[in-house]
Amino acid sequence: MIFESLAEKLQKSLNKLKGKGKLSEKDVKQVMREVKLALLEADVNFKVVKKFVNSVKERAVGHEVMESLTPGQQVIKIVNDELTKLMGEEQKKIEFAPQPPTIIMMCGLQGAGKTTTSGKLGILLKKKGKSPLLVACDIYRPAAIKQLEVVGEKADIPVFSMGDKQNPVNIAKASIEHAKKNGYDVVILDTAGRLHIDEELMDELENIKSEVNPKEILLVVDAMTGQDAVTVAESFNDKLGIDGVVLTKLDGDARGGAALSIRAVTDKPIKFVGMGEKLDQLEPFYPDRMASRILGMGDVLTLIEKA
Amino acid sequence: SKTRKGITEKVDVILKSYKKIDEELFEELEEVLITADVGVNTTMRIIEDVKDKVKERKITEVEEIRELLKEELKEILTEVDENISLNIEPSPAIVLVVGVNGVGKTTTIGKLAYRLKNEGKKVLIAAGDTFRAAAIEQLTEWSNRAGVDIIAHQEGADPAAVIYDGIQAAKARKSDVLICDTAGRLHNKKNLMNELNKIFRIVEREYPEATKEVLLVVDATTGQNAVLQAKTFKEACDISGIVLTKLDGTAKGGVVLAVQSELKVPVKLVGVGEKIYDLQDFDPDNFVEAIFSE
Ligand SMILES: Nc1nc2c(ncn2[C@@H]2O[C@H](COP(=O)(O)OP(=O)(O)OP(=O)(O)O)[C@@H](O)[C@H]2O)c(=O)[nH]1
Ligand SMILES: Nc1nc2c(ncn2[C@@H]2O[C@H](COP(=O)(O)OP(=O)(O)OP(=O)(O)O)[C@@H](O)[C@H]2O)c(=O)[nH]1
Ligand SMILES: [Mg+2]
Ligand SMILES: [Mg+2]
Repeated sequence: MIFESLAEKLQKSLNKLKGKGKLSEKDVKQVMREVKLALLEADVNFKVVKKFVNSVKERAVGHEVMESLTPGQQVIKIVNDELTKLMGEEQKKIEFAPQPPTIIMMCGLQGAGKTTTSGKLGILLKKKGKSPLLVACDIYRPAAIKQLEVVGEKADIPVFSMGDKQNPVNIAKASIEHAKKNGYDVVILDTAGRLHIDEELMDELENIKSEVNPKEILLVVDAMTGQDAVTVAESFNDKLGIDGVVLTKLDGDARGGAALSIRAVTDKPIKFVGMGEKLDQLEPFYPDRMASRILGMGDVLTLIEKA
Repeated sequence: SKTRKGITEKVDVILKSYKKIDEELFEELEEVLITADVGVNTTMRIIEDVKDKVKERKITEVEEIRELLKEELKEILTEVDENISLNIEPSPAIVLVVGVNGVGKTTTIGKLAYRLKNEGKKVLIAAGDTFRAAAIEQLTEWSNRAGVDIIAHQEGADPAAVIYDGIQAAKARKSDVLICDTAGRLHNKKNLMNELNKIFRIVEREYPEATKEVLLVVDATTGQNAVLQAKTFKEACDISGIVLTKLDGTAKGGVVLAVQSELKVPVKLVGVGEKIYDLQDFDPDNFVEAIFSE
């Protein structure tokens, strides 16, 4: 790995001084340089890093050092606490509409994992006693409808489709009627992948939104996304007002800095994480785990815990 | 319908605001590279090299930095001296397309098949992704659009068997190029990488006479993880080229600079849309310009 471990570097440079007294500007500055690089290597957006590092610096200087920690460990603990706080302190759940059906619209860039996540979400909701319906609103990608049908079959969840000759707005509208008539209480709209700068397709999502008024608009984001995550999240949020984010492919080894970037620019919670291709691999989001993952420093935290 | 933001050149704006070459200027240039996903290490290396050149050539004009920076980036991109065109001559040739999930492998195969067919080649494609829901139907649709034949088994079949059949069919039909799709897989999954290695060995064993190209598809929105992807895929199946997809978005794809500088695998093709003709040869000049633009 290019980035071996923040933990190691910090151990080396900061183990010398044993804690006591307050954090000096010099202590903080040294550690924050490493933290800044770590965050950038983790693909946290440059501007977000700058802001975060500055605000933590301010907060850390003058902070009491715990008896058991070195100043370095103390700064890291503050960084981790702040990062966790920023990531959203508690888990956020799916909101249900007072009047069923609850409509959930999935959106995002091409290949992010919308169709797979639609199936996964359906399974999760079914386990909660809901009766979900999957809706094929992607009329563009070759075999997109077929893909959702296969997913639906595996998940044992019905799929509503009108082929690829109908407008997605009409498909969405018709699916709600279908759900009402047949007693489905959750409708999950699988939309086509699109670029945030594709005006025509972004308008399409806006039109679906205004026609069916989804309770939850979930932005699906690949955990491997780099610096551009902020631009993407900002565009979708500005256009649609998203309610939450699903971070997919976290079963990989990407550090997932996109999570922090998106959180910082949209202030919307990450609700779920995708942990594999199989349909039962959707998990709730844990802010503290994500914070350590982005920092790439599970070990320092254990060290701090042990101390 | 797609609009790229203004043509104002980021670097120009920065350069205009400086009267002399100093540390602060370099920090701003660093920022441009980092925000294009070039990565910390590669960015540092680039800036260091530029600084060295400034000293060596006794450069004092801020204006000249721009050319130096471009020169440096192009150097990295063309460091690999082999030519960056597809390795498919002489016929028969086999192109294995690999990568993590959702990057654009299947779509790229559709585009490439179409392009090669238009160049007068006899193309065959093999549906080596037997795992993903409707992956076979998706590739079949692309084969129809491109007007080329496809070899496919059922969902759930052994992918190595599909590739084996594809090779036999390519031989029997005297195809010029056989393009093989594979399932998306994250590089940290040992068993899936072993499966890929098995496919690779079947190609070596069953088609030794074929010219080989193994293409790693990388999504331009990917951050630093792409370096790890390239490294691990290189070990499993000796990738010989990179396809950078989704460059029609706002992501710069700068991580390929990191990939190039660390692994020396050249970018050969770029994807610029979802249509069958949205595939282009990689052009280092265009790419470097785009990194510098807003
Ligand atoms: N490893 C892993 N793969 C995933 C995960 N979620 C989705 N995928 C894979 O990512 C690829 C793309 O997933 P899709 O669900 O088709 O993505 P999409 O956003 O619907 O794609 P488009 O409709 O083309 O925009 C597939 O190979 C999925 O199996 C995840 O959490 N982990
Ligand atoms: N905008 C844009 N979209 C692309 C490009 N290439 C592929 N896509 C889209 O990205 C999504 C994923 O493409 P696929 O070809 O299915 O990707 P894959 O790598 O085969 O995916 P898996 O087999 O699931 O791993 C689809 O929605 C494609 O239309 C490109 O160059 N630009
Ligand atoms: Mg989809
Ligand atoms: Mg595919």
